[in-house]
Amino acid sequence: MSRSDWEVVIGLEIHAQLNTASKIFSGASTAFGAQPNAQACAVDIGLPGMLPVLNRGAVERAIRFGLALGSRVAPKSIFARKSYFYPDLPNGYQISQFEQPVVQGGAITIRIGDGEDAYEKTVRLTRAHLEEDAGKSLHEDFHGMSGIDLNRAGTPLLEIVSEPDMRSSAEAVAYARTMHALVRWIDICDGNMQEGSFRCDANVSVRKKGAEAFGTRREIKNLNSFRFLQQAIDFEVGWQIETLEDGGSFVQATVLFDPATGQTRMMRSKEDAHDYRYFPDPDLLPLVIEPEWIERVRATMPELPTAMKARFERELGLSAQDAGALTVTKEVADYFQAAVAAAGAAHAKLCANWVMGELAARLNKAGLEIVCAPVSPAQLAGLLLRVADGSISNAIARKVFEALWNGEGDGADEIIERQGLKQVTDSGALEAMIDEAIAANPKSVEEFRAGKEKALNALVGQVMKASRGKANPAQVNELMRRKLCA
Amino acid sequence: MPLSNEQLMRLARLARLSIPDDKVDITRKQLDSIFILIAQMQAVNTTGIEPMSHPQELAARLREDVVTETDCRTAFQAIAPHTEAGLYLVPKVIE
Amino acid sequence: MTPVPIFDAPVSALRRALDEKEISSVELTNIFLDRIEAFDPELNAFITVDRDRALAEARSADARIARNEADPLTGIPLAHKDVFCTEGILTTCASRMLSNFVSPYDAHVVSLLKQAGAVSLGKTNLDEFAMGSSCETSYYGPVINPWKPGTIAGGSSGGSAAAVAARLVPIATGTDTGGSVRQPAAFCGITGIKPTYGLISRYGTIACASSLDQGGAFGASAEDCAFLLSSMTGFDTRDSTSLDRPVENYAAIIGAGAPDAARPLDGLTIGVPRDFFSTGLNDEIRTAVEGALAQYRALGASLRDIDLPNVRLAVPAYYVIAMAEASSNLTKFDGVRYGHRAAEYADLVDMYCKSRSEGFGAEVQRRILTGTFVLSHGYYDAYYLQAQKLRRLITGDFERAFAECDLIACPTSPATAWALGEMSDDPVQMYLGDIYTSPVNLAGLPGLSHPCGFNAAGLPIGLQLIGSYFSEARLLTAAHRFQQATDWHLRRPPIAGSAHIPDTIDK
Repeated sequence: MSRSDWEVVIGLEIHAQLNTASKIFSGASTAFGAQPNAQACAVDIGLPGMLPVLNRGAVERAIRFGLALGSRVAPKSIFARKSYFYPDLPNGYQISQFEQPVVQGGAITIRIGDGEDAYEKTVRLTRAHLEEDAGKSLHEDFHGMSGIDLNRAGTPLLEIVSEPDMRSSAEAVAYARTMHALVRWIDICDGNMQEGSFRCDANVSVRKKGAEAFGTRREIKNLNSFRFLQQAIDFEVGWQIETLEDGGSFVQATVLFDPATGQTRMMRSKEDAHDYRYFPDPDLLPLVIEPEWIERVRATMPELPTAMKARFERELGLSAQDAGALTVTKEVADYFQAAVAAAGAAHAKLCANWVMGELAARLNKAGLEIVCAPVSPAQLAGLLLRVADGSISNAIARKVFEALWNGEGDGADEIIERQGLKQVTDSGALEAMIDEAIAANPKSVEEFRAGKEKALNALVGQVMKASRGKANPAQVNELMRRKLCA
Repeated sequence: MPLSNEQLMRLARLARLSIPDDKVDITRKQLDSIFILIAQMQAVNTTGIEPMSHPQELAARLREDVVTETDCRTAFQAIAPHTEAGLYLVPKVIE
Repeated sequence: MTPVPIFDAPVSALRRALDEKEISSVELTNIFLDRIEAFDPELNAFITVDRDRALAEARSADARIARNEADPLTGIPLAHKDVFCTEGILTTCASRMLSNFVSPYDAHVVSLLKQAGAVSLGKTNLDEFAMGSSCETSYYGPVINPWKPGTIAGGSSGGSAAAVAARLVPIATGTDTGGSVRQPAAFCGITGIKPTYGLISRYGTIACASSLDQGGAFGASAEDCAFLLSSMTGFDTRDSTSLDRPVENYAAIIGAGAPDAARPLDGLTIGVPRDFFSTGLNDEIRTAVEGALAQYRALGASLRDIDLPNVRLAVPAYYVIAMAEASSNLTKFDGVRYGHRAAEYADLVDMYCKSRSEGFGAEVQRRILTGTFVLSHGYYDAYYLQAQKLRRLITGDFERAFAECDLIACPTSPATAWALGEMSDDPVQMYLGDIYTSPVNLAGLPGLSHPCGFNAAGLPIGLQLIGSYFSEARLLTAAHRFQQATDWHLRRPPIAGSAHIPDTIDK
């Protein structure tokens, strides 16, 4: 048997920290990076007598998410206590949602791969529920003890649970990336994976191709980069197949991924079977979301990436691939739309090429996010208008772009003017340069007249060089040909 | 349904309590008598009855998303058993 | 005018005396502090007494009275059950777990009473974490009933009840999860009220069972309870279950005269659940309660038999819910951030187990284990969910009953106070004593207990009045009019009767 005899089944649980100012059940700040425990208030550290009060902002973000995924936003949902002892869980229970989550169902379309091999797939959502984050255990050595920082305790989380619809690590990563872009698009999560704002757990199992029943799954916890997600799943899938093919078996378990070794291993602290003893939190009444509230939130929703992509294709005549690339993140889409607004819809394709081409490459080289691009959408539009009207060639446009990037001028026109980059179209000046080229390259002239078309290119090249790129190559070509054939 | 020693030990472990050997039997007996009491509930047919988890069947009141708390770490850690560098210290956590 | 010792004066008389400068709050506070010093060693009603702090509060109360800015409780001494967090003072819950716990903040109830200018003398003893009906599970030792040495005071708010009964303090706060205000009030011969769930904020009240816990008030009379209760209620945004309702001035409401002075309860229909008087009820209690019902009829009320068919299963349903919630509420006590941590341990799990087993007493551990069981996988539906369904049936019984009557009257407890240790080995027997009180908590209704007689051994008997939601004023008014016509609430145990201190006051 070989690996191709097996089907991989993956479901993801994503924990997205919601970007509220205060915690889900207390008025402490959620800002990242404070001194240890400086942002852990009496509720967050579970002082006796303290009570949770639900943050409206967290609920509103859950509603936004539900609307974006076409889910059912539950009119009534329940907060439950999930009990287990762990030092970073101050109350000994996590307040979460169990039987009646706030967001139920929904789906998201993902695109896997590039170019010819790319395909789309719809992944179904099981649910998304609100819960509180735990604190952090710091394992550096305090005389053989661990240090507990509860600043993160009580940060609102939306746990987004997919159906086991993914069939490869590539699909899992595409799903995670799409979800990552979406939560940022609808502005409910900052998506900062280094700070743990967006974390994935992957439920992985394998089964013989054609089998109906799912295999035993293992859950890989706390994957905080797309690369680790891919590596961890690939390792786990390999391990599961190898184990089964060797005639072995394994039990349902929770595992950790070690980036240093690239391997997964069992969590020691979860070895004994858990019994979370969920029950409705008696300190909290049911969360009731009236239809009016949902409608108010709906009115503030931005255009979603799928709708925007379709509009780009329909109204701006972009290809599906371009429209998809420009709606990968809200920031790119915003930039593109601002550039098109300034340049005019007729130049949308040119804007698209530049945003995905020169701008993206330059940002990548500089390691910048698009919101920090030194060239504004209006500046880019100004530049592209000069390309469109033939004032400058593409080659010159790249130079002007570089000048704008380096802050050498406020706008493309100013730079073109000051540096004398405007295309030379005056046929008198061009003819002088052509005559010069003919005079200086008798050999090429000879060859062309002998029927060697290629020789013309060399002569045109000479003129372009003499014009420092400002001549219009098509115009030079035509004039040169006329002269040589005269 | 009398409780077995194994079940008692499992409950104790879930609840993070240790029951000394000489208290196991008496604890088990007392819990058994409580279980007999609460088993009386099974006499009532409650099919179709909606569970009631709270005396007030109202909706949750929500807080506005505003930061209202300031840093009280010094006061909170003054009553903590063991802290260092602003952290609560516990025996090594093994994941 | 009957002259009574000042320590036995009602709150209204103390108010008048303070306002007319017949006595200062500092003098009054000293009288009660001296009584605590003299008599509390016999009763063990207090865990913490803070003389300096009390006198400082009394001095500011005197200044406030001098500025004519007194509220009804300004300058009046009181005591808090030691479940209410008090900033800067030990809050123990009568547990070794919290025997070193000084709260960094005040409970809402404590803040309200501070704002009212009341003078807190200290913190009263209770069953550990309010789990018990006898005040024998306290880490600080049992509370003794002032009516009889060697007898329990009831629980869990037994310290507050005993302190008020012995006149070590005029009024005191308590909490009631399944009868913890009403039962010790009955056992100690005083009046106690637990209002509708949600009227008193639970912020800063160390939880026993969150959906059942509610603060309450103790006084020698319904009128004294009315003063205290008005100052304890009020909306609090920090408790999601706190109700946003205007605060009622109960003392003013009950003080208003009845149209027909001879029949002041004319028009009031009192429902009597006949099942409560059948098997299991002690004869002396039945006689006393029937006597009180006759008195209510004489005051103009009409009596009507009612049926509460599901209440017979209130005790198991109540204990399942109470233990489930308590087991969860107590998981925060892990020795990490506050409270008791074992001195030596091998690893993290060992630290948890040792700290918790050392920190919690036997009854608390029993309830944690039972609560853990009823919530655990495979048992949840049969126990916890079934209890929640019975809770709805029981609540429905009350709803139907209140369509036919204004109040329900019954015994507070099927027994009077028992001898220390008599039920220690039989927790279930003790639980069954909550039969009349616990259904009220399941439904979240208000309930009141007032004295209505004594048994042959000289121990008090209590009558419970149960009202529909937010009927506190009606409950207090009925009890007040009963007390205006009777003197059970004026009987004092020997400790309070032995007027060592000569100060007297016109009642």
